[in-house]
Amino acid sequence: MFKKIHDPSPNSVTVHVDGMPVCAEPGENAATVLLRQAELWVRTTPVSEKRRAPYCMMGVCFDCLALVDGALVQTCLAPVRDGMTIERQLGRRSVAS
Amino acid sequence: MTRRVDLLIVGAGPAGMSAAVAARQYGLDVLVVDEQPVPGGQIWRNIEAVCGTPREKILGKAYSEGLWTVRRFRASGAAYEPATQVWQIEPGPRVLMTRDKIASSVEAGAVLLATGAQERPAPFPGWTLPGVMTVGAAQIVIKTAGQIPDEPVWIAGSGPLPLLYAVQLLKAGGRIAGYLDTTQKGRWMSALPRFATAAAGAPLDMLKGILWLATLRRRVRYISNVSEIEAIGDNAMERLRYVTASGKSETVYARLLLVHEGLVPTIHPTLALGCTHQWNSDQDSYAADLDCWGETSQNGVFVAGDGAGIGGAKAACLRGEIAATGIALKAGVIDDQQAARLARPLRARLARALSARPFLDSLYRPRRSIFVPSDETVACRCEEVNVAGVRAEAARAGRPGPNQIKAFTRAGMGPCQGRQCNYTVANILADAEGRETPDVGLYRVRPPFKPLTLRELATLDSRDAG
Repeated sequence: MFKKIHDPSPNSVTVHVDGMPVCAEPGENAATVLLRQAELWVRTTPVSEKRRAPYCMMGVCFDCLALVDGALVQTCLAPVRDGMTIERQLGRRSVAS
Repeated sequence: MTRRVDLLIVGAGPAGMSAAVAARQYGLDVLVVDEQPVPGGQIWRNIEAVCGTPREKILGKAYSEGLWTVRRFRASGAAYEPATQVWQIEPGPRVLMTRDKIASSVEAGAVLLATGAQERPAPFPGWTLPGVMTVGAAQIVIKTAGQIPDEPVWIAGSGPLPLLYAVQLLKAGGRIAGYLDTTQKGRWMSALPRFATAAAGAPLDMLKGILWLATLRRRVRYISNVSEIEAIGDNAMERLRYVTASGKSETVYARLLLVHEGLVPTIHPTLALGCTHQWNSDQDSYAADLDCWGETSQNGVFVAGDGAGIGGAKAACLRGEIAATGIALKAGVIDDQQAARLARPLRARLARALSARPFLDSLYRPRRSIFVPSDETVACRCEEVNVAGVRAEAARAGRPGPNQIKAFTRAGMGPCQGRQCNYTVANILADAEGRETPDVGLYRVRPPFKPLTLRELATLDSRDAG
């Protein structure tokens, strides 16, 4: 849905989105990486399990919640780093995991 | 570990950075904490990395000007802790926060909340679908990642920000499928009496706005007086329907729609602290009650910047400096006369920086359906409660308030803690119960007002918890 307007940065890092390696740039966050993926969504809701995508990008809507290195966080507030894993969150989280 | 500082500033945007620079000049010991990894706030987000790249030209002069403030802040000697989430503020004042999974508390002689604004929640049918984002979000994506939509995008909204973003997007090589101007018919006439003050006080800003409007009208499909929008789709947005005030309706292919209906001050921290708030009828929002130095009803807690009322970056910087002067006065570093003398030129510049505001507030007053949306519209995004659900409970005896509605429907109980539905629920109740919105009020904000894990909470020392 979104694309970079500049050439790939020479110091790019690799992150994993649902297991697939993708390139990312230092300074961006997990949400902007997710916005570049072919399918635009980051989680399904706990109530109706409908898809959601980043909405506000500034930490107030909580719609960009996903698992970053195993923890459920606002992806728009999660700066990327090499080797980071980003997994879409499916429905309600269970306590025991 | 509890630390002690003279001044704790929450937020490293225009107000927070300017206040930090001024407070350091008064010799105060200053700590600035901020959610983002780098200083700048939302308006100057990621500016240190963007300056000097082609993106700087796309974003424009008002953006690059922020670098000067960021550099002065970096050189000010204020301690700076980015990537920090503040989740509770208590009288004292004492501030509880988390950084890098470790919670801590800070006791401060004064706390300055420079937490800015958020885009006004603007509910319409389909606004939760992937493919619907705010204009501010799309602009943040340019600033932080150098990204633009990869296909023609629809923009629907009212205010200076969507005009600015649309022009930036064209400069970046992006394409706009259509611009739906939701400014209500007749607003120009209502705003006209305030135009002269705006043009006299901020002639360049007004000229810039007129040029943006002219550029868009020339280069993209521009539809005025749009009164209704709807995003349609199943897993993601597929179509956009809009209706104009004259009743013309069209349904178009659309995979990305950017919306914006103005800004509202960030008030979660001051609500959590129990500060008194005042309803601003020109901006249809609340802000904390402040004295002439920006101090709230809670001793030692100050607010500066858009959190004190929407005024833009220039006004935010000045409010930050005024608050720092008030804090220095309270700390006994300067006396009343010195403070008054130092603040006088700042106040004059602040009045000028705010001179276009009454005109903009009047012109871009959102349409009624933004406040009281149609029944099928989702009011609470987190808990997926629609307007009809809130109305059904509002019909109960006893004129329930927002906190009862929260208990009955779960609206406001999700992770955003009412940041996206507080005004909507208040407005629906006011409408259903024949009351005014400020008479209904907002949800009670409870700690922690940003989520933290039990593991993080457990890192607080027992002495901190006291």
